[in-house]
Amino acid sequence: MSARDDVLARVRASLTDVAEPDGPVDWAYGLPTAMADVVDRFVETVTDYKATVVRCGASELPGQVMRGLMETGARTVVLPAGTDEMLHRTLEMAADLSVRVDDGSLTAADLDATDAVVTASSVGIAETGTIVLDHGPGQGRRALSLVPDRHICVVRAADVVSDVPEAVARLATSVRAGRPLTWISGPSATSDIELSRVEGVHGPRHLWVILVEG
Amino acid sequence: MTATEQPRRDKDGRLTPAPPEWTTRPAAPFPEAAVKGLENQVQRANLRHATGTIRAKRARVVAEVDNWQDLRSAGEAIKNRTLRHLDQHLVTLEESLTKAGATVHWARDAADANRIIVDLVKATGEQEVTKVKSMVTQEIGMNEALEEAGIAAWETDLAELIVQLGHDFPSHILVPAIHRNRGEIREIFREEMGVYGTPAPEGLSEQPAELAGAARTHLRNKFLRTKVAISGANFAVAETGTLVVVESEGNGRMNLTLPETLISVVGIEKVLPTVEDLEVFLRLLPRSSTGERMNPYTSMWTGPSAGDGPQDVHVILLDNGRTNALADPKGREALRCIRCSACLNICPVYERVGGHAYGSVYPGPIGAILNPQLRGVENPIDKSLPFASSLCGACNEVCPVKIPISDLLVHERHRVVEEKKRHQLNQFEPAMMKAASWVMADHKHLEAAGTASSLAGKLLPIRTIGPLPGPLSRWTQNRDVPMVPAQTFRQWWKENHDERA
Ligand code: SF4
Repeated sequence: MSARDDVLARVRASLTDVAEPDGPVDWAYGLPTAMADVVDRFVETVTDYKATVVRCGASELPGQVMRGLMETGARTVVLPAGTDEMLHRTLEMAADLSVRVDDGSLTAADLDATDAVVTASSVGIAETGTIVLDHGPGQGRRALSLVPDRHICVVRAADVVSDVPEAVARLATSVRAGRPLTWISGPSATSDIELSRVEGVHGPRHLWVILVEG
Repeated sequence: MTATEQPRRDKDGRLTPAPPEWTTRPAAPFPEAAVKGLENQVQRANLRHATGTIRAKRARVVAEVDNWQDLRSAGEAIKNRTLRHLDQHLVTLEESLTKAGATVHWARDAADANRIIVDLVKATGEQEVTKVKSMVTQEIGMNEALEEAGIAAWETDLAELIVQLGHDFPSHILVPAIHRNRGEIREIFREEMGVYGTPAPEGLSEQPAELAGAARTHLRNKFLRTKVAISGANFAVAETGTLVVVESEGNGRMNLTLPETLISVVGIEKVLPTVEDLEVFLRLLPRSSTGERMNPYTSMWTGPSAGDGPQDVHVILLDNGRTNALADPKGREALRCIRCSACLNICPVYERVGGHAYGSVYPGPIGAILNPQLRGVENPIDKSLPFASSLCGACNEVCPVKIPISDLLVHERHRVVEEKKRHQLNQFEPAMMKAASWVMADHKHLEAAGTASSLAGKLLPIRTIGPLPGPLSRWTQNRDVPMVPAQTFRQWWKENHDERA
């Protein structure tokens, strides 16, 4: 018998006492968590992780991205394909910044030699301070937001939801379409040495979030 | 790439640090192993501090969630529903994974799984792999199987790296190097890193940030050149074939993203029916384990993704004793476990003896149930484990999927007793068996035993107590047991049914 048939046969033999079909699960999916203001709460929880959060209007976005790059000391930056045109052109014009757009050919070593990445995002979660990328246009493949040491991430206020259930409900379409998801709550961190929190072991050590309102 | 970045052999001819001997031969049964753990002063101090800190964090973030008890019930119900029809969900998972472009393999046991992994790695022609921290690859002894096949398997989680370089064994599910302090870690890094790869920097201090920096540098070369990675999965969604890995450091993401080939070993109990079910578990898990609202990184992937990450994706669905547990309608409840480690952190026994005393990859209260469930109660270690508890019941309250841990421990004790009756073996501690049999004989006896010890707690004006009667005598002879709670769990439960942790 193949291992597959063997394991399935054992599972079935183990469940001979189960006669009735699945009962309902007493749980209402996708409900919001009550809170005064989701965007305020998001800013508060992301800041809790020692990430930087900046709020701005749509027209200020390119300037705020520049500021994030300068303040984290980035000289080289990679942009995912599908990055906002306006933002792209502003960064290209900056004198002391070298900008590359990822065309899929950058190796891990190339990314390791790049200071920063600027990405968009799909969903922000207020209660947990989480940003979710579904790696659609402007969000880049997964390695982009991982290997460079600084991640400047743009979140639209309209994409901020209260809590995990609302987020999962929104993202279910992406998952069903086979897209990978990355959930980011603060910068990379470890507590493995006497439980002292240290930011950044492997992922970006700096997370700079720009919350665009309006 | 310099020569130091290539795999090389240590003085014993091994590609990776040798684990301690007792991982390859039976450790001592719990009562003996516990004595060793109790004598380790560094470990006891570390554990007291660490479990106390995590407990407090957990209680704080759990109290933030208004419907925490409903959430636990939902977690329990979803897992029960899934386990009771596991065959259907597994077949669905296999279909979804295949449709998503992953290759599905099935493994009856550790030997099957290791054979599949070794063959897959050999087919790539690679001599080393990097790993995401996972309990299941420890359970099957994968690192040693790969070493024997001439393949180096590298732990990339900081704590697992400390354990591996320290020729050691993990002692906690979540923070495997919890028994080590910064001075010991510095020594391990200085002595061992250079033997197997990028050495620790000159003048490395004991500062956690510097130690983490040394690990980052040591592992970065490995991440950049690695072609094959191996992971487990926290959840596997049957409907879509999506696997989920929850982590903190980004080493998981490195492994899941940079290599060409990704092999994931998934216990058959990890399956969840739908994407929507994730909302329950992604809230229960981080709060119960690290005491965070959310862990830094969660990755979800559904087979290979064009232009992004490994294009050769394999999933091994592993039984390895899980169907034994499934066949026991009571023991089945243990398969709900999501390995959050809350029960370890709250357990007074674990806090004093440490994880190594349990002689297995799953320590603490859940280990005392899972090991005998997965492996049976034939060997001395597994049959001693159900007695490694004071049955105080604290674990029942923190478990996010409502596993009745103390009831299951009593159930396991019963199985050990039955096993002994069947085989008339006398190798097991007779007094312990007798006491256990008496406690087991009647539900009322169990309650009486619990009440008697909590009465003692009220009457005795001391913080620690000496030898206990009955099942606990073997290990209480040797250490200060904390004062038993002034209430039994059952009394407490009746009075505080709506607990807010
Ligand atoms: S038994 Fe419950 S508390 Fe313990 S590790 Fe498993 S899920 Fe967590």
